[in-house]
Amino acid sequence: MTEPRSRFDIVVVGAGPAGLAAACAAAEKGKRVAVVDDAPSPGGQIWKGEQSRLSIPQAQKWIERFRRSGATLLDRTAVIAAPEPGVLLAEHPEGAREIEWSKLIIATGARELFLPFPGWTLPGVMGPGGLQALVKGGWPIAGKRVVICGTGPLLLAVADGLKKQGATIAMIAEQAPMSRVAGFGFKTLRHPGKLVQGMGIFARLRGVPYRCGVWPVQANGGEQVNSVTLADGSNQWTEKCDLLACGFHLVPNVELPLAMGCELAGGCVRVDANQLTTVPDVYCSGEPTGIGGVDCALTEGQIAGYSAAGSDDQAAALSNERAGWHAFRLAMSNAFALREELKSLANPETTFCRCEDVAFGRVKAASGWREAKLLTRCGMGACQGRTCGAAAKFILGWGMESVRPPLLPARVGNLTRTNR
Amino acid sequence: MSSSYDIIIVGAGIVGAACAMECARSGLRTLVLERGHIGGGTTAAGMGHVVVMDDSEAQFALTNYSRGLWLALRPQLPADVEFDLCGTLWVAADHEEMAEVYRKQGFYEPRGVHVEVLDAEAVARVEPNLRAGLAGGLRVRDDAVVYPPCAARFFLEQAMQYGAELRQAVTVKRLLSNGGVELADGSRLAADRIVNATGPWSPELTPGLPVRKRKGHLVITDRAPGFVHHQIVELGYLKSAHSMGQDSVAFNIQPRLTGQMLIGSSRQFDAEDGGVDHAILDRMLRRAFEYLPGLKDLSAIRTWTGHRAATPDKLPVIGPTVVSDRIWLATGHEGLGITTSLGTGRLLADLLLGRPTAIPSDPFLPARFEKGGASHG
Repeated sequence: MTEPRSRFDIVVVGAGPAGLAAACAAAEKGKRVAVVDDAPSPGGQIWKGEQSRLSIPQAQKWIERFRRSGATLLDRTAVIAAPEPGVLLAEHPEGAREIEWSKLIIATGARELFLPFPGWTLPGVMGPGGLQALVKGGWPIAGKRVVICGTGPLLLAVADGLKKQGATIAMIAEQAPMSRVAGFGFKTLRHPGKLVQGMGIFARLRGVPYRCGVWPVQANGGEQVNSVTLADGSNQWTEKCDLLACGFHLVPNVELPLAMGCELAGGCVRVDANQLTTVPDVYCSGEPTGIGGVDCALTEGQIAGYSAAGSDDQAAALSNERAGWHAFRLAMSNAFALREELKSLANPETTFCRCEDVAFGRVKAASGWREAKLLTRCGMGACQGRTCGAAAKFILGWGMESVRPPLLPARVGNLTRTNR
Repeated sequence: MSSSYDIIIVGAGIVGAACAMECARSGLRTLVLERGHIGGGTTAAGMGHVVVMDDSEAQFALTNYSRGLWLALRPQLPADVEFDLCGTLWVAADHEEMAEVYRKQGFYEPRGVHVEVLDAEAVARVEPNLRAGLAGGLRVRDDAVVYPPCAARFFLEQAMQYGAELRQAVTVKRLLSNGGVELADGSRLAADRIVNATGPWSPELTPGLPVRKRKGHLVITDRAPGFVHHQIVELGYLKSAHSMGQDSVAFNIQPRLTGQMLIGSSRQFDAEDGGVDHAILDRMLRRAFEYLPGLKDLSAIRTWTGHRAATPDKLPVIGPTVVSDRIWLATGHEGLGITTSLGTGRLLADLLLGRPTAIPSDPFLPARFEKGGASHG
């Protein structure tokens, strides 16, 4: 039970690694800290379910530290608007919440990038991260034949998790060429933790075909996906599967920073050495500043937490550590850069916007994102363009517009503010 | 200056598009210039309510004439214009507003507009989600709803079939009193006549024109088919639309063919920026909840704002400026531009070609303002 109105020194949005690290750092300095998250428990997408089933020591350590830190978790609370400086408007199952802050730390993480190809909307095709979350939530996967495709380190982690639950991984198809992926693997040598983690996954995935330079061109099936057609540039072939997990790495969740007026650079939130954005008293850490993974998020989160709490020395002490993770981040983004072929997977008839059922041909005919929205309703549905907008950015090079409230679909009644 | 066009229309909103359609249909060599997207300004921000209004005889004449043109065009409208003959339900909260219902009935019926007075029970029957205890309402049968950006695009497609040209991403810097326009890059395009159809931005090209930006907010919900069946407007709406002073809100909801609900309305002068103003959004939604308590439980997916082009006498400005009969205006439609776009286009074309007009044009002429409301050099 939370109050309709509350006030904290520091409010952190997002209870994933970056948010938890920020909250711990700030709360341990004696600040009154709240972490706002729409999930019922801390951990974010990456550590979902780690609260009850502690299988990742790092998650266990941080969730325990968070519990002892004195920070408050405002769970099941989704931020829907920033109606004025110093105030967030949020939605809780019991009603609207107004949360006042003196300093704000945005740690909203990332979401999977989906690119349309024929058949991508068939039942049984989903994002690797989404499938992993379903399985963690108890969805039965044992005995299912799964093809995992797309790009990024997440493919391997998901394959590992699904295999543990009894799935048969028919193939992992990584779109990036082997030369780049191998180079990335070599670079992780500089980060011993990542290397051990990676070696553990590889050991457990022995016997699973991991093919680089391979991408999906079509998902096949009537009611449900039953196979996927893959390509490597010279050949095309079909792999049978009960489920197809396909995701093209991650896109940062920058809706809240945009709504706050924070400047972006290259699609990510611009921050200074203290993780401070271009808006006074608003910090940002983790994936919204660039897709860097858990360890980068933890370090950036602590830096933001210490800075917001006024402990600049402690923040500065972590800057070398962060520089290392930023080198890793850059290596990852180079290794898993999306190939040009992925821009032409969709046919004119391929569904581009799932919410409003708009075909790619109609979208492509528009002169830009805004015209596509106005004339075809692309991106105007319940997902607010989170899926097709990110795809349009990659495939058509269209920039996103400004963000308008609500940041997530919200009960109309919760858009009105509590009586003041 | 040799004229390669008979007419250049500046602005591809729904009014400019309708003017282009009518001019090109009449055989004029027509060019449309648009700096942004087709229907990307006020047209994109509006509700798309095709409605007969009775604030004045002139307003009635133009809205009724225009609605008739919409109804005649209906068989040709493509599906994405989402024409829906849902009618308008004006709701009366109390006996004072009920008196207004009867007054409106007395105005409309002799003029051939099909209306129906509903008592409290009938209102509750046709719109069960309205709160109990309303006094009644007036149902206007032939009012409709359209999706404005696609309507503007359709009008332009029609214009182009009649030979009109459209150039996008072209910014006009100046209208020339001897004919033609000067573009942002300094180049000039010649035409016998120019039409300023840039809505709330029209004073930038026609300095002195008494058109002011009047900001509005809208909220759209996720699909909730059947939540309401008519465009429902409170009679208090008129008080909101008429006040020239402070910010005002009024209950106004529209069912879209998609099943989504579009919630309005707010009116603010001197609010140039496009950001959402949470204070007025709050007032607007609370007003809507007073009429439709169940609205609170629908899911809102988007809020947006836009600017109407408001004039002091609440009538649009259609016709030649006083300073130059080469510079014409088609602007100032406030909240009725979707409805009156077709009538405006027809009236403008008739005036340009010296044809008789279907309705009196005098109330709309720029000459009604002091100095014609313009100071072109």
